[in-house]
Amino acid sequence: MATAPATSAPRPMERPPRHMPVPRTSRRRAHRAGRPRRSTALTLLTGLVVVYALLPLVWLVISATKTPTGLTSSSGLWFDGDFALWSNIADTITYDDGVYLRWLLNTLLYVVAGAGGATFLAVLGGYALARFDFPGKRGVFAVVIGAVAVPGTALAIPTFLMFSKLGLTDTPWAVIIPSLISPFGLYLMTVFAAEAIPAELLEAARIDGAGEVRTFFRVSLPLLAPGIVTVLLFTMVSTWNNYFLPLIMLKDPDWYPLTLGLDSWNAQAGTAGGHAIPHLVLTGSLLTILPLIAAFLLLQRYWQSGLAAGSVKE
Amino acid sequence: MAAFALVFLAPIGYSLYLSLFQEKLIGGTSFVGLDNYQQALDDPQFWTALRRVGLFLVVQVPIMLGIALLVALAIDSGRLYGRNFFRVAVFLPYAVPAVVATLMWGFMYGTRFGLVGDINDAFGVSLPDPLSADLVLASIANIVTWEFVGYNMLIFYSALRVVPHALYEAAEIDGAGQWRVITAIKIPAIRGALVIATIFSIIGSFQLFNEPSILKKLAPNAITTHFTPNIYTHSLAFSGQQHNYAATVAIVMGLLTMVIAYLVQLRGMRKEA
Repeated sequence: MATAPATSAPRPMERPPRHMPVPRTSRRRAHRAGRPRRSTALTLLTGLVVVYALLPLVWLVISATKTPTGLTSSSGLWFDGDFALWSNIADTITYDDGVYLRWLLNTLLYVVAGAGGATFLAVLGGYALARFDFPGKRGVFAVVIGAVAVPGTALAIPTFLMFSKLGLTDTPWAVIIPSLISPFGLYLMTVFAAEAIPAELLEAARIDGAGEVRTFFRVSLPLLAPGIVTVLLFTMVSTWNNYFLPLIMLKDPDWYPLTLGLDSWNAQAGTAGGHAIPHLVLTGSLLTILPLIAAFLLLQRYWQSGLAAGSVKE
Repeated sequence: MAAFALVFLAPIGYSLYLSLFQEKLIGGTSFVGLDNYQQALDDPQFWTALRRVGLFLVVQVPIMLGIALLVALAIDSGRLYGRNFFRVAVFLPYAVPAVVATLMWGFMYGTRFGLVGDINDAFGVSLPDPLSADLVLASIANIVTWEFVGYNMLIFYSALRVVPHALYEAAEIDGAGQWRVITAIKIPAIRGALVIATIFSIIGSFQLFNEPSILKKLAPNAITTHFTPNIYTHSLAFSGQQHNYAATVAIVMGLLTMVIAYLVQLRGMRKEA
């Protein structure tokens, strides 16, 4: 840490050493020497937490298979007689002229443009901060560190007030532009770039006559890949799950992301003359979380080592 | 960098500017200096909201971080069957959007077709309604705990993994028991991760918005328009159209959050030395 010039900024956060994965071989050997006995009691105790973590998800899966009447009449933790999952899914997708699909496409747009853009900017910015000298560099980095501590929600209302003056609210831009900046991503990429790309390597590339652009794409980018995947995954989750920002920026349901759409379906039950559709809310919820859960399970290797590297959260 | 300035510095600047003015029905907008700040500090609704998130912070954050730490230590101890399964299973709720998490729990809390209703039927009891005004804060605390236990657990666990195992062996030779290893080696070694998790949890508590805002549709009477400071700002800006005052409250909360987070960090770092 102390060797990275970038981290000598005013508010260094204490972080564990950033060797990526622990050398597994030595770890295994250490275990074999005095391997602790497995404990059934401890497994059961920890199992309680797992039950707590998974129970609501199980409940959601089961509930998504029920008809509206089945929801009220049967026990929450077991299947009802009618298995209505497929018709629920069909209803969810076709309800209100397929508005659910529209929301899904909106969400994808926000995720691709917002998270993709945020990662792109974080990589460029982090690389520039770590590898080039320019006037005011220390100042810029200090602002970035400070920005990590500014809670996103605290900025949302001020951003809304400004965007409404600019006439940007109620357009996709209002959701995409604020998502483009991830101070945490920028911070992580700066630290990562400072350590992953040796200055000698860049010098060698320059001596060999490679231009800056070529150096960046051919030499630096591959070295940054693990960091990029981590930043991408976490910005994706935060845009996919974003609720507060679209809530204040968007009025037109045609631009809603899934989170806001589900919320509005749920709110229908409470309004006068509204038609309660709990089974669609639940099935829609299930469909909303499936892609993210799949992404997390499939990309385990990346985010776990990425978190170990950063050991910071967003 | 230009984009950074646009979405980060500009809103702060603009709301600072807004917070110094006041819109009147007669006479339009006028410069009022720090009057809005004075108003915020004298505003009982603001203080109720602030006290509520303060209570939330003091109760929910230690419980959540405590569970996260225990699970991380249990997984790290190597004494569990199926360690990887535990790690992934506890982390999964993090991938669930706050909206879905709140809807799910909100339905389960329901006495009509939720789990609470089931328990009431099955045992012939009548549990208090988790969505009543008295209990709704605890119900929200449970949702937030559920969402973030796994996340914090993973941060602690990643930190524990890089502790050199030679230390444990040395401790064992010196005759230290499991408990002593935990308190004397493991916890001090991951102090950095603990401090960071605490700071982010504090920020999360002060900025609490999503869960109560969504739960409001299921429990309209229990959650007021000034339930948390953020909900208060939001209703000021949207229902009340009091943009200047909303900007002021947002700035006060942002400042407060940063100051407290900074203090925790200073304290955490000093102990380390």
